[in-house]
Amino acid sequence: MTHPAIQIQDLHKSFGPVEVLKGIDFEVQPGEVVCVVGPSGSGKSTLLRCVNLLEEPTRGQVFVHGVEVTDPDVDIDAVRRRIGMVFQQFNLFPHLTVLANLTIAQRGVLKRSRSEADRVARENLDRVGLADRAEAYPAQLSGGQQQRVAIARSLSMGPELMLFDEPTSALDPELVGDVLAVMRKLAHDGMTMMVVTHEMSFAREVADRVVFMDGGIVVEQGPPAEVLTAPKHERTRSFLARLLDPAAAVDEP
Amino acid sequence: MASLRRRTRQRLILWVQYAVFVGIVALVAFTADWGTLRESFFRLDIARDMFPEVITVNLRNTVLYTLLAFVFGLVLGLILALMRLSKVAPYRWVATAYIELFRGLPALLVLFAVGYGIPTAFPNREIPGGVYGSVALGLGLTAAAYMSETIRAGIQAVPRGQMEAARTLGMSPARAMRTIVLPQAFRIVIPPLTNEIILLTKDSSLVFVLGVTASQIELTKFGTDTLNARVNSTPILVAGLCYLIITLPLSQLVRRLEIRYNKAR
Ligand SMILES: Nc1ncnc2c1ncn2[C@@H]1O[C@H](COP(=O)(O)OP(=O)(O)OP(=O)(O)O)[C@@H](O)[C@H]1O
Ligand SMILES: [Mg+2]
Repeated sequence: MTHPAIQIQDLHKSFGPVEVLKGIDFEVQPGEVVCVVGPSGSGKSTLLRCVNLLEEPTRGQVFVHGVEVTDPDVDIDAVRRRIGMVFQQFNLFPHLTVLANLTIAQRGVLKRSRSEADRVARENLDRVGLADRAEAYPAQLSGGQQQRVAIARSLSMGPELMLFDEPTSALDPELVGDVLAVMRKLAHDGMTMMVVTHEMSFAREVADRVVFMDGGIVVEQGPPAEVLTAPKHERTRSFLARLLDPAAAVDEP
Repeated sequence: MASLRRRTRQRLILWVQYAVFVGIVALVAFTADWGTLRESFFRLDIARDMFPEVITVNLRNTVLYTLLAFVFGLVLGLILALMRLSKVAPYRWVATAYIELFRGLPALLVLFAVGYGIPTAFPNREIPGGVYGSVALGLGLTAAAYMSETIRAGIQAVPRGQMEAARTLGMSPARAMRTIVLPQAFRIVIPPLTNEIILLTKDSSLVFVLGVTASQIELTKFGTDTLNARVNSTPILVAGLCYLIITLPLSQLVRRLEIRYNKAR
């Protein structure tokens, strides 16, 4: 039998006394693209970071391809190798060239030869449209280019699953499109993706499913046409209204 | 009008400061006994006699002692820094205790303790490298305490996202630290570490407490020995100038690196 790509059961996470995730149950099937939306502070990043254990859940279980990552005995480095992650702040390694950013973990972790790692790196740079910037340093690239390099870096590890935490939120508006185009292509190529985003047009167009979170729980989920166009819950409605017209909704609770 | 008056007052204060400064310089210049001074500090013949040994032996030894202590201190300092940042509480305690202890002790005492304490405690063992090993240990132990705090600050200055990105790529904590965090941390701490070399250069003058042979003498000891032999202070001046040969380029280097680092941010 095939396992879900991600399976989350009764997930709780507290930071000190503050409970940020209050019991999440949630699955992502292989090949599925799931967009997670919700107001700031609702726990979207925390949920995403629990999937590859950047945050340690307080209670509950997380399975990735049937392997329980919350099992204390799991080889977490081995699990993470199969999960790509793209951060809001890119987190490229500033002391390494673009090419070295893409090869360092391939060589050190996957033990690929230099030529093999180089080949894979250049393939993925090509995929994100930056084949000609292999020798540049991250600081010499625009934000959009840096984020595409970060995506290529993750892809170079050959992940079965990609996590994105607001990948375009730190970008100037005119650079957002390039990054979304790369992600769209990735989705069409069949990559399993869990994407925290505020880009509703991307969610509507690319997502198989949209999950709306608020206050540490999943309020509702379903196909984008349902959740984004005809939400069932009042909290979803007011969130979407606020997003469409921030000025009109300032004094809502 | 108030601003004008304030500016006038500031200018006045500035002039008063200049005047006081010039006054002090003049006082020193006119009251000093230049004839005697030249006789005791600027005897060219004595200075000339010190060459080339002062460079080939003594300057060389000063540099050698400094480098050995620095390298030993750097390695130990890095280990202490990692221990202080460790999740394992006893590591943190040991490192903290070490740092507090050695920052609080004069380098001279530590050097003395190493030079005489260790041979007494382990009569059948020798510190490898003889005097050179003792110096590396004696000065390095103290330097490590200071450097570990500098290195720790450098590691903490590397954004947390760097470690997270590395771990996300499947790197072990050790590999991520070694290949991603430390290279960036060291870039940050090169200027303060260079300052530490300058301090160590001067501390190497303490080596005399270990009792050194002629070929192991460094600049200060050579200066004072020659002073005693010739009953003249010129050697002190020569030794001082030799220190500046080492430290001035280093200071200049620190300044350049700091400028470059500030620009890069
Ligand atoms: N390491 C932490 N320590 C303490 N509190 C934290 C930590 N990380 C997150 N939180 C808190 O948990 C809550 C949820 O944070 P999270 O980053 O998951 O929200 P989010 O939905 O991603 O919000 P945003 O859209 O602003 O990114 C917030 O109130 C935040 O302050
Ligand atoms: Mg977030």
